[in-house]
Amino acid sequence: MKANGKQYPVTRNVVDHRKKQFADPAYKETDYPHRLNFYAVPPTADITLEQFEQWAIDRLRVLAELEACSFRNKTPAETAAHMKPLLEKYLPLDSNSSSSSKLSAERQKDHYSHFILRLAFASTEDLRRRFTRVETMLFRLRLNDDTTFAKERNAFVQSLNLEWDPVSDEERREYASELAALSGFRKGVQEEENWFKVDWERVPDLVEGRRVFLRAGKAYVPSRESTSMVIAEFTKRLERALELTARALPRLDEDDRLTPILDHLSKNFITPDASYSSSTSSVPGADISAKNVDALSSSFPLCMQHLHRSLRRDAHLKHFGRLQYTLFLKGIGLNLEECLIFWRTSFHKITDDTFNKEYRYNVRHSYGDVGGDSNRRGGGYSPFSCQKILTEHPPGSGEAHGCPYRHFNLENLTALLQQVGIADRSVLQGVKEDKEAQKFHMACNRVFEHVHKNEIKRAKDDGILTSAQLETIVHPNEYFKRSYLLKNLEKGGQDVKMEEA
Amino acid sequence: MADESIQNGDSQASNDDITMAEPEPLPSASNGAADVEVKKEVKLEDLFADVDSDDEEFPSSRPQETQPSSSPTAAPGSPLETGISLKASDPEILRSFYQRLFPWRHLFQWLNHSPTPTNDFAHREFALTLQNDVWRRYMSYPTSDLMRKEMLNLLPSRIEIGPVYTTNPRDRKTVRNASAFKPIAKELCFDIDLTDYDEIRTCCDKANICQKCWRFMVMAVRVVDAALREDFGFKHIMWVYSGRRGIHAWVCDKKVRTMDDQKRRAVANYLEVIKGGSQGGKKVNLRRPLHPHISRSLDILAPYFQTDVLAIQDPWHSPDRAAHLLTLLPDRPLTTALQNKWDASPGAWADIDAVAKSGASKSLDARQLLEAKQDVVLEYTYPRLDIEVSKKLNHLLKSPFVIHPGTGRVCVPIDPRRLDDFDPLAVPTVQELLAEIDQWKDVDGDQAVVKEEGDAEIKKEDGVKRSNIQDWEKTSLKPYVEYFRSFVLTLMKDERDARVKREREEADGMDF
Repeated sequence: MKANGKQYPVTRNVVDHRKKQFADPAYKETDYPHRLNFYAVPPTADITLEQFEQWAIDRLRVLAELEACSFRNKTPAETAAHMKPLLEKYLPLDSNSSSSSKLSAERQKDHYSHFILRLAFASTEDLRRRFTRVETMLFRLRLNDDTTFAKERNAFVQSLNLEWDPVSDEERREYASELAALSGFRKGVQEEENWFKVDWERVPDLVEGRRVFLRAGKAYVPSRESTSMVIAEFTKRLERALELTARALPRLDEDDRLTPILDHLSKNFITPDASYSSSTSSVPGADISAKNVDALSSSFPLCMQHLHRSLRRDAHLKHFGRLQYTLFLKGIGLNLEECLIFWRTSFHKITDDTFNKEYRYNVRHSYGDVGGDSNRRGGGYSPFSCQKILTEHPPGSGEAHGCPYRHFNLENLTALLQQVGIADRSVLQGVKEDKEAQKFHMACNRVFEHVHKNEIKRAKDDGILTSAQLETIVHPNEYFKRSYLLKNLEKGGQDVKMEEA
Repeated sequence: MADESIQNGDSQASNDDITMAEPEPLPSASNGAADVEVKKEVKLEDLFADVDSDDEEFPSSRPQETQPSSSPTAAPGSPLETGISLKASDPEILRSFYQRLFPWRHLFQWLNHSPTPTNDFAHREFALTLQNDVWRRYMSYPTSDLMRKEMLNLLPSRIEIGPVYTTNPRDRKTVRNASAFKPIAKELCFDIDLTDYDEIRTCCDKANICQKCWRFMVMAVRVVDAALREDFGFKHIMWVYSGRRGIHAWVCDKKVRTMDDQKRRAVANYLEVIKGGSQGGKKVNLRRPLHPHISRSLDILAPYFQTDVLAIQDPWHSPDRAAHLLTLLPDRPLTTALQNKWDASPGAWADIDAVAKSGASKSLDARQLLEAKQDVVLEYTYPRLDIEVSKKLNHLLKSPFVIHPGTGRVCVPIDPRRLDDFDPLAVPTVQELLAEIDQWKDVDGDQAVVKEEGDAEIKKEDGVKRSNIQDWEKTSLKPYVEYFRSFVLTLMKDERDARVKREREEADGMDF
């Protein structure tokens, strides 16, 4: 590869407008009046191949770390604190007022690296979605970060031309009490607040949280919520641009210098919480069968224990409870036949007919035994990770799924922990603190360490635990596996292979 | 086109033969020599089924008179006579229902948004539960007649409606890449089930309902309907009784149908107030001041709380339910005082204020108590939505006018203007409806005329004007079908107006 000093107009096929799709790339000196960028105009200047690769890798590093933060359920403040040094190192971006001499270079790197990654992550829908997600996170982080320079931020928002209708004084009088109710969400906000009016569909997240006033399809947005509108707009435009990039990709008439780099980049963007693969989840020597689930359940994490107890108590679980539990059982190695036996015997209050009619299909579907082609080929669904359980489908009335550390109130959580034999005051106190700090997985790991403290100690002393096995558990099946292996150290001895993890 | 017209000619000829003998394939219940003949002819008709009914949908292609009406006395009455004693999911009952009562044409127009077939209908997924409990997804039909024909063939006990896809769902396996087959439009749906009210209703539990707990559904409709219309500006909202213990809403506005999952989720979560599983503790946690939607809902619900919850449900009569109420109230001295009172006599709402006023607690914050009471009112009245149904574009929901297999009741649309009069237990069952057809007498004293749904033309025979009354008009299903029809007509009118306007604008845009 003749990279040295070779110049190449890298992004000539990335355009954001249909009409420009086939236009020749005209060289244009980009100036960056604002710190933030909506990345509407692709770069046209030449950069070296080394810069091309290095800038992309630097940005990728930042994005991957951001994604990891979200998987660990960090609060925005924690994420900001965590990301600060990384951003300064890899992707610094100073404000106009900082009078840094490198402003232009920083912004150019930000601009170019974004567009390089667009090329790398436009190819599949999955990659596009993830890229949009993390880029939006980065944008949000920086936008919030900008509050210290409100003037610059406002100038940036103004430059976007976001077609927001101002709310007339007449309307403000008409809806005075409604708007006041919304202003009251934060103390100290005076009536003088500005309001915008937009179609509600442009601010779904504000609608979702009831943070705007709605009337006849229009959302009345207080100016302090404009952040979320800017972000929504950013996401929307990026999605559309990526879509166009994807269509242009096959025409990327390229002399095999960039393609390998782009391929390499997208491959390195693997999901940290990659689905739990069944090949590594099996526990050697364990009797994983329907009749043994009761015995095994002592090694289950609290969410699954709760499901198991609810199931035994009611001889029934609602849909998401069945799904979460079925996939977990599948993950620990219970095969389809045994799983069907398990559910059939557990639902002992219903007839065979009802069971076959209403439940059998779903279990088989989870295992990929029935359903569409992709479901069958993929072997059904993957067991839920903690991330998924924590963030998706919070339990409704009468439902037992979800994460007890998150979805229970403190009294009920404490009661449940005591029922499963955790009475240690310091542990319960720790769980309480974790819950209050919204670190639900920490609470779960705390309980794990407490329950297995003797085994962990022995395993550590004997040096059988590898460092990977001391990492935070972020998957219920990992919890079971570690728990089972630890508990069977003394019994199994040699044939329990700890290095399997 | 040439191909089609040739087939048309053929079918016309054979069609005459068939219709001379019998307007409809006889149910297999009949016997004797005629049976053989009929069967043969049924097959013939099936052969040309497609062409035949296409003609009806493209009205210009052929004059309707070619279908001579048969002697009405030859009507296949056999399944009806035995109908009363049969189960609602019995194939013969279903056949008669689909043949004579189900409003296929209105259903078609509802989903098609226009009288002439479009992809809105043709690419719509239907899922059928068949007689042997096989569940068949990704069914689709070009027209209402073809759909009706297949339903008479398959006699599904349940029909569910899914989304409109980018391509015909039946061709989903022939598209080159999987992403070319995806859902693009569906009504926004809501599902509310009385089973989710078990914690707060005292009259019934599980699948059982009565007029007392039905009031919760009335409250739910009032609140959700108001929010959808006033806040979101949705216009075409149809409420449907699910046939047993719940209620569905279909929001059919054009703009709504194309909403992605994110927006659906936004609407669903905007409406959701009761949160948390069985172990979550307090289920209503709201910021103060209350959002305008919540204050309005509270205004709507407060009277119901007095009349229906306090007076009729009396939800804190039993000690364990009273204990739950105590966990929702603030201030320990207050709750202890109430506890003591309620240990002696059953819990009552009025006691809270009485005890609070008596000064049992020094630390009591009046505002905090008021807010807690508001939360309790909401927990005991606010709609408990099954929001998963609303969040996903590709969720299936049972079609209106399908029969609930357990109760035999028809899933009928509810006119929100007459919501208070609606009695779920008075909704006709399919058996009753079929009996009503038999009992019906024409005003002229004519015998009941068996006619197909959708066959609206006045039939003439020997110059005598025959009755134009369709079977559903002879039954207590009539008001429901009429309401459905008017709902569909308003919807179609809006869509047509929008289309005309758009076309005009486009035309304007052209000449510059």
